[in-house]
Amino acid sequence: MTNWKVILNIAKTHLLTKMKSTVTASLGVTFGIGAYITLVSFMTGLNQMLDDLILNQTPHIHLYNEIEPSEKQPVSLYKDFENSLNVVHSVKPKQSQLKIHNALPILDYLKKDKGVRGATPQMRAQIFYLSGSIELGGNLTGIDIMEEVRLSNFRDYIIDGSPEALRNLENGILLGAGLAKKMSLGVGDRVQVSTVKGSVFPLKIVGIYQSGIAEIDNIQSYANLSTVQRISGEAQNYITDINVKLHDLAEALPMSKKLEKQFDIKATDINTANAQFETGSDIRNLITYAVSITLLIVAGFGIYNILNMLIYEKMNDIAILKATGFSGSDVQLIFMSQAMIIGLLGGILGLIVGFGLSVFIDQLPFDTEALPTITTFPVNMQFSYYVIGIVFALLSTFVAGYLPSNKARKIDPVRIIRGN
Amino acid sequence: MKHVLEARLINKIFRKPVDFHVLKDISFKVEEGEFASIMGKSGSGKSTLLYILSTMDTDYTGELYLNNELVTGKSHQKLSRIRNQHIGFVFQFHYLLSEFSVLENVMLPAKKLAVKSHHEIKRDAMEKLEMLNIGNLASKRASRISGGEKQRVAIARALINNPTILMGDEPTGNLDSYNADNVLKIFKRLKEEQGLSLLVVTHDLDFAKSTDRIIEMEDGRIIKA
Repeated sequence: MTNWKVILNIAKTHLLTKMKSTVTASLGVTFGIGAYITLVSFMTGLNQMLDDLILNQTPHIHLYNEIEPSEKQPVSLYKDFENSLNVVHSVKPKQSQLKIHNALPILDYLKKDKGVRGATPQMRAQIFYLSGSIELGGNLTGIDIMEEVRLSNFRDYIIDGSPEALRNLENGILLGAGLAKKMSLGVGDRVQVSTVKGSVFPLKIVGIYQSGIAEIDNIQSYANLSTVQRISGEAQNYITDINVKLHDLAEALPMSKKLEKQFDIKATDINTANAQFETGSDIRNLITYAVSITLLIVAGFGIYNILNMLIYEKMNDIAILKATGFSGSDVQLIFMSQAMIIGLLGGILGLIVGFGLSVFIDQLPFDTEALPTITTFPVNMQFSYYVIGIVFALLSTFVAGYLPSNKARKIDPVRIIRGN
Repeated sequence: MKHVLEARLINKIFRKPVDFHVLKDISFKVEEGEFASIMGKSGSGKSTLLYILSTMDTDYTGELYLNNELVTGKSHQKLSRIRNQHIGFVFQFHYLLSEFSVLENVMLPAKKLAVKSHHEIKRDAMEKLEMLNIGNLASKRASRISGGEKQRVAIARALINNPTILMGDEPTGNLDSYNADNVLKIFKRLKEEQGLSLLVVTHDLDFAKSTDRIIEMEDGRIIKA
């Protein structure tokens, strides 16, 4: 039978009379948990930002026509040479078009698929930007602008102007930020582009696009799909890329395999394309947890030490408690509850400190050319981190408190009383 | 007469540092309302016997009865309960919890027993303190009172659960003659007014002489009961 009220009362009195040790032990936990919360929030915030930077611009599945040599050269199809060694020199890519065959039916098919959130057609064209006598090489991608805005955070990357302006103006262009700077152009100005074939078209700048990756911003611009088709002199069904967004990211790999087989085109899924980012995130998370656990272990040793000392100091008290009818497990509970109270108080304080620091870091200005949408340090405030934090705190204090309290349980009162 | 405590053929051997047969075939009874004292030289085994009788030491052979109920072989949990309910203890050194007030020290065993309400326990504790003329100390910290007062608080604590028997290990050993006398008077009063059984280990011949019965021990045996 356990009488919690009495046990907690004794634990409380011990803690209050040893205020200094209690505070020291609690602050150890506070420090550990606070550091964990801050670290994990900041680190995952950074991770997410970096992932977003790359991944948001990557469709879940990217369909395109790869220019590549035929896997089976004609000679290998010829039965007479079946058992001989055939050497083909100077293999050339298969004669094919850049455009996706039957792009419009494929789009229709994808849009009807229930697992697909959306599919957008694109046409990439090589062009030159003309600025006086200077020609700057680059890409112009024709897009369905409103679909892109719906499916990705495309809008975030337009630092001047708006996607609606592009939709409303047939001859509009969203110019890359690097290009705009080079040519000293802004929204409302006109820029002339020339196709590879030589024809020149004037386009009106309705917005500036900045992805944060300089190499892209120096060459990439966007215009309406129909405009790019017209400039390149291609038909309405000329589509070089289809970007697919799914509801469930995990479906990307099987779906891409299926599409590849079904339509005989190249399909790349997001995970294959960005495998290295996953690895980077995993390692950063690993470091965060390693540091936090180290801090908590240090805090745990602090609690272990303080409780051990307390138990040596309280030998006489333990003996008298046992003599007057408290059982060994009662005594253990007294010291365990002290450890748990330290863990709980320190842990909760740690959560508050961690939250405060996260909010503080979130307010710090973080201005960088490369990231137009980011103005402060990224912090990922997730409730689950706070749950993990408090569980960590209780777990480490439980372990740290168990060993000394177990010793207190085993103390033989006769030996203490007679020893005096 | 009813026996509150009975020991049958109790033997104990210390294993460390060398085998030493400290108690040899101890058998005796304490009657209800009896004030008995155990006397003997240092090393005669009298304290060892007392701690066995108190149920705190379980490493012995033989049988121990409390209120005609066998307590030998019970679990530690049950023995704790028995100590809590039936045995009051007074030591040579006061052994109060120094961080708690005098009143809380007295109340603690009753709170552990958890039979009475908090209010009743407080009233009982005050009553015991008043009876020992230390009611005025109730709210003081246990570390702030004198040695004689501490011993009286310890007696009050031993009495809080109205035990069957009060045991003392040299309860006056650390007190001056005035306070020692006072403790003796209290013990006698408890026996006479409340019919409490007492078993006290002592060195003090004067103290022992004023008890009902002297159990004399030598070399682990009772030589005169």
